Amino acid sequence: MAYLSEEKIIQLEKTANDIRKSIIEMLFEAGSGHTAGALGMADVFTFFYFHILKHDPKNPEWEERDRLVLSNGHICPVLYSTMAHAGYFPLEELKTLRKFGTRLQGHPHREYLPFVETSSGPLGLGLSQASGMALADKMDGKSKDRFIYCFLSDGELDEGNSWEAMMFAGKNKLRNLIAVIDRNNIQISGNTEKVMPLEPLADKIRAFNWHVIEVDGHDFKVFNKAVEEAQKVQDKPIVIIANTIPGKGVSFMERNYKWHGKTPNKEEAKMALEELRRFSKK
Amino acid sequence: MLNPKLKLNPKIFNPDCEQVSIRKGFGQGLTLSGEMNKNVVGLCGDLVESTQMNMFVEKFSERFIEVGVAEQNLVTIASGMSAMGKIPFCASYAMFSPGRNWEQIRTTIAYNDRPVKIVGSHAGISVGSDGGTHQALEDIALMRVMPNMEVISPCDAIEAKKATLALAKSGKPGYLRLAREKTPVVTTEETSFNIGKAEIYWLPDVGMAQVGIIVTGGLMHRALLAAKELEGESPLGIKTKVMNLSTIKPIDANAIIALAKETKRIVTVEDHQVMGGMGSAVAEVLAQNYPVPMEFVGVQDRFGQSGTPDELIEHYGMGKDSIKKAVKKVLKRKS
Repeated sequence: MAYLSEEKIIQLEKTANDIRKSIIEMLFEAGSGHTAGALGMADVFTFFYFHILKHDPKNPEWEERDRLVLSNGHICPVLYSTMAHAGYFPLEELKTLRKFGTRLQGHPHREYLPFVETSSGPLGLGLSQASGMALADKMDGKSKDRFIYCFLSDGELDEGNSWEAMMFAGKNKLRNLIAVIDRNNIQISGNTEKVMPLEPLADKIRAFNWHVIEVDGHDFKVFNKAVEEAQKVQDKPIVIIANTIPGKGVSFMERNYKWHGKTPNKEEAKMALEELRRFSKK
Repeated sequence: MLNPKLKLNPKIFNPDCEQVSIRKGFGQGLTLSGEMNKNVVGLCGDLVESTQMNMFVEKFSERFIEVGVAEQNLVTIASGMSAMGKIPFCASYAMFSPGRNWEQIRTTIAYNDRPVKIVGSHAGISVGSDGGTHQALEDIALMRVMPNMEVISPCDAIEAKKATLALAKSGKPGYLRLAREKTPVVTTEETSFNIGKAEIYWLPDVGMAQVGIIVTGGLMHRALLAAKELEGESPLGIKTKVMNLSTIKPIDANAIIALAKETKRIVTVEDHQVMGGMGSAVAEVLAQNYPVPMEFVGVQDRFGQSGTPDELIEHYGMGKDSIKKAVKKVLKRKS
């Protein structure tokens, strides 16, 4: 567990802001895609790729790397943007999102971009795959060598497959599995508690024999402690419920579910970038 | 006559021809694969005995994963394990896997091109007394439309064993279709099997065949009985060739075209819906390369019901006499 200094926090905040700018630029260029969830998870992605993950962007196939499975593939603009900023591929390539021939498919596809651990988009499938990875490592005696992380959304907990995975990981005591739920309270047609209530979410997951930690998904210091705690758990899979603000960083998008599956037009993109640039200068 | 090169079971036409369930061959093949490769793992959806995974479980308990009655989880867990170098075999009833979890298989296994093997037991009307809910009649269609997927429907237990061994080595996503009931053993250990290779099991003693009968799965024995009886019919008999098309994908187009060129008429036989099944796959090949009249023996757009396997196969028009009737019908058509 790496020490998180104040300087590092400032650096992470700056990187997250750069990643948000790239997200706005690429989504405007693409003309379709998902904005709110991508912006909301920018801090979590930054924190993992620039502080937590054991990985090597210059050697993406490195066998000993941690695995990060993105389950809700529709927020891939934040994945692509973070990977580009981390050095997996040129920033310039972000402009090809969703265009014909691109490696940056509308939802991630391993055949086009082998750096992603799995293809995703259809919801509710990531946690099972991450559980399978964690179990394989446990069988091979590698469960202490690396962690399997899975990022998933709150909305996709409507899927039965997500809860099948919860049962399975709890049964098999997968301590090398750390899931992060993006608890942003929105899904495509409205508030999660209106579409299909999830609360009491933490209690539900605890009842499946998981270790549950709840944090502010935009506070690096708090998040660092949560991951530290997660990595020390001995006999249970761990979930970090990250409370995030959808659209974070762009005030007119924040907490508005209408930005779930919508992209900014020229004017909106300009306004969003101006606000993010103001943050950079702080 | 039986193709002498293939060393088929000489007792095929005897009343005491041995009968073994096709799924049992899978159980043996999986255990052998487990011995040969430590990365082979078995996952099951609470059906260890009925899918015959129990042999593997007894021998390699540390490589067996019970997933419970959760077929969507069954295949997605397997996909994750394959990402870490495992070769997972996922066993359930065909109706539930791939019946229930098709999209999971498509997205996490076929789309990712992961070497996960879906084993669907209790396929076909021959499931019998459990009735229509449990008789998978659409699974070949579901699986053959998926890019990257290999689809194999063995004709007996020995071929199922060989298919399992071959799938464990293929490095591709795969579907193995198994039947529940005891099925006459048509092949022997010496009979050749390769993924993607069709074989001629029956051919005329002399001269050219008049009809090609293409079979997949457990109806092979009935097709061979039909071919033998047709040959013996007076005055001259009907000469046929019977092909075992156990690999439906990748399909052996060259062998199918060669058979059609010789016979000019084809009958397909499968315990599956005629729509979208093996017969449709053969028709796709022939329509593009060498169109000939075809008849399709299979289930005609209906659901099954309870009954004995024999009763149901007769009732739904897939018995020996139905095969003979289809051969005679196709012979009357202009080619």
